[in-house]
Amino acid sequence: MTASQNTKTAPAETTGRSMTGAEIVVRALVDQGVTTLFGYPGGAVLPIYDALFHEPRLQHILVRHEQGATHAAEGYARSSGKPGVVLVTSGPGATNAITGIVDALMDSIPLVVITGQVPTHLIGTDAFQEADTVGITRACTKHNYLVKNAADLPRIIHEAFKIATTGRPGPVLIDIPKDVQFSKADYYGPDEVTFSHAYAPRTKGDPAKVAEAAAMIARAKRPIFYTGGGVINAGPRAAELLREFAAMTGAPVTSTLMGLGAFPAADPAWLGMLGMHGMYEANHAMHDCDVMICIGARFDDRVTGRLDAFSPGSKKIHIDIDASSINKNVRVDLPIVGDAGSVLEDLIAAWKSAGHQPNKAALDDWWRQIDHWRAKQCLRYRGSDTVIKPQHAIERLYALTKDRDTYITTEVGQHQMWAAQFYRFQEPNRWMTSGGLGTMGYGLPAAVGVQLAHPGSLVIDIAGEASIQMCMQEISTAVQFRLPVKIFILNNEWMGMVRQWQELLHGERYSQSYSESLPDFVKLAEAYGATGFRVDDPADLDATIQAMIDAPGPVIVDCRVEKNENCLPMIPSGKAHNEMILGDVEDMGSVIDEAGRRLV
Amino acid sequence: MDLMTTPDSAQPASAYDLSPSTEVEGAATFALLVDNEPGVLHRVVGLFAGRGYNIESLTVAETDKRSHTSRITIVTRGAPHVLEQIEAQLKKVVSVRSVQDVTRDPNGVERELALVKVRGTGTDRVEALRVSEIFRAKVIDTTRESFVFELTGAPAKIDSFVELMRPLGLVEMSRTGVLSIERGAQGM
Repeated sequence: MTASQNTKTAPAETTGRSMTGAEIVVRALVDQGVTTLFGYPGGAVLPIYDALFHEPRLQHILVRHEQGATHAAEGYARSSGKPGVVLVTSGPGATNAITGIVDALMDSIPLVVITGQVPTHLIGTDAFQEADTVGITRACTKHNYLVKNAADLPRIIHEAFKIATTGRPGPVLIDIPKDVQFSKADYYGPDEVTFSHAYAPRTKGDPAKVAEAAAMIARAKRPIFYTGGGVINAGPRAAELLREFAAMTGAPVTSTLMGLGAFPAADPAWLGMLGMHGMYEANHAMHDCDVMICIGARFDDRVTGRLDAFSPGSKKIHIDIDASSINKNVRVDLPIVGDAGSVLEDLIAAWKSAGHQPNKAALDDWWRQIDHWRAKQCLRYRGSDTVIKPQHAIERLYALTKDRDTYITTEVGQHQMWAAQFYRFQEPNRWMTSGGLGTMGYGLPAAVGVQLAHPGSLVIDIAGEASIQMCMQEISTAVQFRLPVKIFILNNEWMGMVRQWQELLHGERYSQSYSESLPDFVKLAEAYGATGFRVDDPADLDATIQAMIDAPGPVIVDCRVEKNENCLPMIPSGKAHNEMILGDVEDMGSVIDEAGRRLV
Repeated sequence: MDLMTTPDSAQPASAYDLSPSTEVEGAATFALLVDNEPGVLHRVVGLFAGRGYNIESLTVAETDKRSHTSRITIVTRGAPHVLEQIEAQLKKVVSVRSVQDVTRDPNGVERELALVKVRGTGTDRVEALRVSEIFRAKVIDTTRESFVFELTGAPAKIDSFVELMRPLGLVEMSRTGVLSIERGAQGM
């Protein structure tokens, strides 16, 4: 905090319509209900920063790198259901923000990203800090704008919020040249502008298809719900409706990585996550089901495994707000385009009005089969008294935080999969992870965003020692804004997932995957003004986790874990759901055949 | 829809598809009404490039100044499920107002204009002129040893005209790409 920020002048006179482009931006953000934005100043956005200086209703969070701003905005958005807002400068400011923008596009996170641009008359001259931001981001935003005239700003900003937050959510970028920020125009509020695009996403499912789906589910002998991030994006009500409908049908529920928390892990009908590192029972149930009800998920390759052996005998119902997700990877029998919450509501109504009853006898058989798969105890691992097992660390973290108001973010890799397997989520919006893009470095800035949206809650970034170094600088942001985020590093001194794949696929040739020259994470925390703990003895694990929870500010825990642990179970590349490997494989190197080695 | 009931039928391609699709590829013409604004063509073309779809021809021009709309006609190739996916992806672009698959529409009309330069003397020259009359091509330029023909019609008609001209001294040609519209009183 600088002294000047404590002596803020009163907000600029913004009751009249005429104002500068920069003032329009700030005013439009306030009118959109924005209270927090993440950004980093620079030459081409200085007029907007100047307008922010006079606006106490907007809290600007100064990150340390623009990638941190976009991930923080993602964490804020995913945990709160509100759009995340980012403000960065032209050129390197915009290009640094891009990883987070692509991440938000892949995981359907609503973001509004405002970038400064060189003055209009300099565009195309290779001016200082000029980049073709709209050109670069056209393929990685839901929509983007280059604003040539300040008079267009009110419409564009309000339209950007609508596009980002409705339909399948995603990032929208607004590139504003510096001269446009200075020039004057009239401001109009969200209800006073007419949008220029015929953008109207369909949210209501086709009633005939909904009725057909209800009948199909009622006739099912081996049904399964396969749900995704779309249920969480549809709002808390959609998660409630999912619980209600699943209970009516008696069907088991599995979910993608992005969908964890929409259905409570404590419910007996919960099978756990599916997919490459999903549960044995979830994948087998997907393979053998006769009716699959996919809600807000997109048949991603991590989920389906080998496509031509994916759930071969089932009829598939696919409910999604994005029509292009339907029949993209897997042909389905009954597509319903609509919002997950709205369609679930209609499904429940259709089920009731038709007087459907689940096939009790068939379901009993189905659950017997599922219990048989569950008996495999696919998450079993060899415990130890001398070294901390990463799975055990997550189990203890869960045990010590489950009765608190906790939010979890992760980086990407083995620790992320162990978190998904062993941390049990009961509510939506509690789990923030980079699923589609798989961005190492996501977790810490995302935790900063989550903590801002939920100031009193416990926010933990479950990290790896390699991932955490990708956006490590954001601990400084956490310290500055007194955000008590907890970074729980499962330190195995390896890029663990890379090491695992090299073991499985590349003859144990560990090319460049060892985390050499690691920093002393305890001293690093202290250097930033945070608290650091190290633990390597299983006997001290609980006390360390408790100390992390009790410490008032940001904490880094360097949790030294077993170095060569593999993340299992696993569907090897090129294999089907019913060809999972469990923890007791003798010869890991021969599991994946030649064709599977070529896959990602 | 019935693909799922036959386990050995073709599946869409992906990284996990070890046996590539054997579905037959076909041509399709999509007519798009788009908001006429900077970058809109790039959005459409970038979608094709980014997702690995083909563009065989592309035409674009503003068609309604007042409502700022342009019409883009794209001819592409792909297996049926790919064409279905292209249509869905195009509909998702915020600047795209509507998409019509002209190929699957029995009322769809497709036309193309070509300028064809043919060089020759003697009987070849006479034959070229005779063929051009059959095709109702217009001669828009002539020298002692060359013609430039202007020809409109369905792409197949232009293809066969060009094939007939090739042995008669075809030098070069320029084609507009396909334009399309629907028969009847209704607009897009």
